[in-house]
Amino acid sequence: MMRRLFPRPELSGILWGLWLLLVNSVSFGQILLGAFWAWLIPFYTHSFWPGVMSLRKPWLGLKFLGVVMVDILIANAIVARLVLSNSERLQPAFMLMPLDVKEDFTITLLASTISLTPGTVSADLTADRRHLLIHSLHVDDIEQTIAQMKQRYEAPLKEMFEC
Amino acid sequence: MELFVEIVVSICLLGGAAFALVGSIGLARLPDFYMRLHGPAKASTLGVGGMVIGSTIFFSTRGNGLSLHEILVVVFLFITAPISAHIVAKAALHLQLPTVARTRRPENKS
Repeated sequence: MMRRLFPRPELSGILWGLWLLLVNSVSFGQILLGAFWAWLIPFYTHSFWPGVMSLRKPWLGLKFLGVVMVDILIANAIVARLVLSNSERLQPAFMLMPLDVKEDFTITLLASTISLTPGTVSADLTADRRHLLIHSLHVDDIEQTIAQMKQRYEAPLKEMFEC
Repeated sequence: MELFVEIVVSICLLGGAAFALVGSIGLARLPDFYMRLHGPAKASTLGVGGMVIGSTIFFSTRGNGLSLHEILVVVFLFITAPISAHIVAKAALHLQLPTVARTRRPENKS
């Protein structure tokens, strides 16, 4: 019964939070209206959605978010220095990163995370979905950079969504 | 208290603006297309992030209660910015846009 009324509990929760943020108010009426949207939208659209992964370890998700935020801050400072320094000395590279994650959703999250951290942009996914092509503004050691990204971003994502 | 809040908000705004500026400078003077792509990535993360934090603090301390809907700007931006960057980079690869000669490539480039 609950499952039929709320086919996607996570989506409902996100929509509720989104609504309250959009109207920027937590008055009783808005909470009620938000709850109504949170029920209605997943209820009528869930048959269009591809199989959604569920977050198995929420606290790991929060930790991952924290790691990414800190990395964005650090990488921003590093890239700012690189951009303002002599661009002749930059060593750009395309890197091929072998993927351990298999699902669409996790690959998307990984590619987005890599693009969000300044200095690296994910540029292409190979047709066999086993490698991600990444362009980097400046790298010294390609092997080491890839190993670091796999350990910092891919490992937690894999643990959170795919086990 | 007022003054302290104003100083914090100013720092956030100036910091955000500084990163947006550096991103734009990168966009203008980096040598090839793929490297230029890294400029906007900076501007859209810390640049907008700093300004949004400033805005949140400013409107939350004016006595009208907490104002958090600016966070949505960051949320939507963080969802969409990497995807547009990916599509643009992919289009550039498809068109085989030139790179600076020293760009290293993987051997079995597909």
